Amino acid sequence: MIELDWYLGLSAVLFTIGVIGVLTRKNAIVIFMCAELMLNSVNLTLVSFSAQLGDVHGQILVFFSLCVAAAEAAVGLAIIIAIFRNHLTVDITKINLLRW
Amino acid sequence: MEIYFFILFATLAVASAVGMILSRDTVNSALFLVLNLVSVAGIFLLLKAQFLAVIQVLVYGGAIMVLFLFVIMLLNLNSEENMLSRFSVKYAVAFFLGVIILSMLVYAIASATGTLPYISPEMEQVGTVEALGDALYTTYMLPVLATAVLLTAAVVGAILLAQRKYRKVK
Repeated sequence: MIELDWYLGLSAVLFTIGVIGVLTRKNAIVIFMCAELMLNSVNLTLVSFSAQLGDVHGQILVFFSLCVAAAEAAVGLAIIIAIFRNHLTVDITKINLLRW
Repeated sequence: MEIYFFILFATLAVASAVGMILSRDTVNSALFLVLNLVSVAGIFLLLKAQFLAVIQVLVYGGAIMVLFLFVIMLLNLNSEENMLSRFSVKYAVAFFLGVIILSMLVYAIASATGTLPYISPEMEQVGTVEALGDALYTTYMLPVLATAVLLTAAVVGAILLAQRKYRKVK
């Protein structure tokens, strides 16, 4: 049997890779995918706790987080398309819409 | 046997995640993310969460990633000339933030898992479609309906945002 620590450690490593990706990459779509990676690693944490405690509620939470991720991907990609139409780039260092 | 599968899936997941943030081509990034999602689905199977493993492959690996690939190919992005940001300060900040977050997570895990039970006897029945559906459609009825509203709102919002012409608002 594998200890719970290994699952949680794997999840922590995946989350950290996602954070590093969000902080270093410039392409908005890749940043979005890194956010999905972080969501996914949190899902892994929820599932491993759920399996360890014999409780179904963690997996229900993963179900809802999947739904939120789907909605977020739809709206976020639509925003990226709208930005691309106006600026012809998805490079976040060249987009200053929210800068005052 | 289980430990070998865990090592295989964990190595695959970490390697594909690293490949995702390092690859120059956006399409390659998306395909690496698909590999990552599939290997995490394998880990879900090891944790006896069968339904979630199937959902992971279908919804994440199928639907969401197809959406990503569609957008990448629609925008016809060529690979970035200089992939990472210009400022080297940013590398340092990202690196230190990453180290801090990783050490915080590892510390939290190490301090928390000492008290947890090793294995639970009800684990076998937890991950099935029956158990999940039972909880979803009794205890979590209202959140499921709220999810339906959320997804409808997201679809409407995405259509409005991606429309070619905006109607002027007075």
